[in-house]
Amino acid sequence: MSPWGEAWRRFRRHRLAVFSLGVLALLVAAVVLGPVLWRMPIDAIDFSATMQGPSLAHPFGTDDLGQDLLARTLYGGRISLAVGLAAMGMAVLLGVSIGALAGISRGPVDAALMWLTDLFLSLPQLPLLLLLIYLFREPLKAVFGPEGGVFVMIVLVIGLFGWMQVARLVRAQFFSLREKEFVEAARALGATTTRVVWRHILPNALGPVIVAGTISVAAAIIAESTLSFLGLGFPPDIPTWGRLLFDSKDHLDIAAHWALFPGGAIFLTVMAINFVGDGLRDALDPRRVM
Amino acid sequence: MGSFILRRLALALPSLLGISVVLFAALALAPGDPFAELATNTNVPPEVRVHLRASLGLDDPVALRYVHWLWAMLHGDWGFSFISRVDVTTLIWERVPVTLGLIGTSQLLALAIAIPVGTLSAVKPYSWFDRIASTIALAGFSLPTFFTGILLILVFSIKLDWLPFVYRSDVEMTGWRAVVEHVRQAIMPVLVLGLFQAAGWTRYVRSAVLDVIRLDHVTTARSKGMPERRVITRHVLRNALIPVVTLVALQLPTVFGGAIVTEQIFRIPGIGSLLIDAILRNDTPVIMGVTFVFSVLVIAFNLVADLLYGLLDPRIALR
Repeated sequence: MSPWGEAWRRFRRHRLAVFSLGVLALLVAAVVLGPVLWRMPIDAIDFSATMQGPSLAHPFGTDDLGQDLLARTLYGGRISLAVGLAAMGMAVLLGVSIGALAGISRGPVDAALMWLTDLFLSLPQLPLLLLLIYLFREPLKAVFGPEGGVFVMIVLVIGLFGWMQVARLVRAQFFSLREKEFVEAARALGATTTRVVWRHILPNALGPVIVAGTISVAAAIIAESTLSFLGLGFPPDIPTWGRLLFDSKDHLDIAAHWALFPGGAIFLTVMAINFVGDGLRDALDPRRVM
Repeated sequence: MGSFILRRLALALPSLLGISVVLFAALALAPGDPFAELATNTNVPPEVRVHLRASLGLDDPVALRYVHWLWAMLHGDWGFSFISRVDVTTLIWERVPVTLGLIGTSQLLALAIAIPVGTLSAVKPYSWFDRIASTIALAGFSLPTFFTGILLILVFSIKLDWLPFVYRSDVEMTGWRAVVEHVRQAIMPVLVLGLFQAAGWTRYVRSAVLDVIRLDHVTTARSKGMPERRVITRHVLRNALIPVVTLVALQLPTVFGGAIVTEQIFRIPGIGSLLIDAILRNDTPVIMGVTFVFSVLVIAFNLVADLLYGLLDPRIALR
């Protein structure tokens, strides 16, 4: 059986993870295809139907301007998932580069990079995220436009604070793989360090990175929602899930549905991703299985 | 032990410097000139402007500006709030105890849940209790604090009308009734933060106990005929909780993040809500001050955890 087939076999044994994978697939399909099928505009204001509960015309109800919450939730899901994936990509890229560099170079370079990693781990993330957003919001808006600017900025700052776990994992993998016989054999055959890293060490270090990457998508979605919930993420015309919660929190007594749907969407997505990550850990990280 | 403490202190100092560099770099790299307004004011002649800039040290090289800034920060000269015209230090010191109180109680609650549940899970791994506890822990771990806060408000304040959802520091009552009122309004914030942490730590405690429970000394204790309760508390937990101390410290940045969100939801007058207010009102000195305080707190608690670790596990201190 191929290694991937073997991993899939182990993953299937974790029933909650398989179920979560299904939920996740449904959620992704909903936010990708949803806005195509549910053709209600996200910003159609209707003062005759404000803050109404779920009905046939508005399955998720409406907000204080009478805007359709199903359309807004679906659209917001696109942004939230896109931010999560992009920030994960950045965190993994940074983490793998730094971890690999530290793992292959030893000595002072390794020590310096690990000091940097520990420093970043002990930084208070949320206050610094808020500080960076406060300081750099305007110039990025000028470069990438109001929507693109916020997107780029949020992905950058979340990625900037999300690479440390990956870097530590990759470094640890390098330390153990570097001493293995097959790496020594490759080196004895005259393979350059670059080739050893790319062809022999990195592919074998992939498992834990995939697990950490999966979890970091969930972390990034929570981070983005937190920023938007504090009113410092996306602007009101881009209704991400966190932003919808922020807008709803002053109307909880009359329009609970307004908070429950986007909040439930965040919860469901993050939980599904975490369970899938749990299953992937069983599948790709055999040492952990009892 | 003395040299261990000194070594740890020596390690914390560079981190503190590192954080101060990060903070200053963010401030220095950020665009926006404090003199932009003066430049458009025709009443201020250009040579006065140039003179002002020079006298305030804005034209100095970056390294020199950093040293000046650090020196001022170390002297407690953190500037004035742009909005309330109060010393940043007094503003922050008024609010630090509130935040620490919130974090402290919620962490105690989290430990009170996580240690027994995690231990019971690990004593009988893959039992029904373990499966249910692990699933709930992962679910609770996925519930962001801002959503739990909203859910609690919906249930306990709006539907049941049991608890107040806005925290008030000026309760008009006196004596016992004031105490009761303070406890009542603290319940939900502490629950939000505590349950979230409890979910994460249950997983840590479980895996830490699992690592220890199969060691030889535990088998020895059992074969001596020691009651299982005593084996678990004296021989397993004592050793398993040592690494948990470090994990608790590593989680602190997340805890502070959660505290900011919780303070914002329940309008608790701590440094977290101060930070958000300051950002919404462009109050730069307060923002820098609060971020710095958060960083110092994280490093201080990490140091405490390191020292505790050395105290609990003498092998570490000897190395």
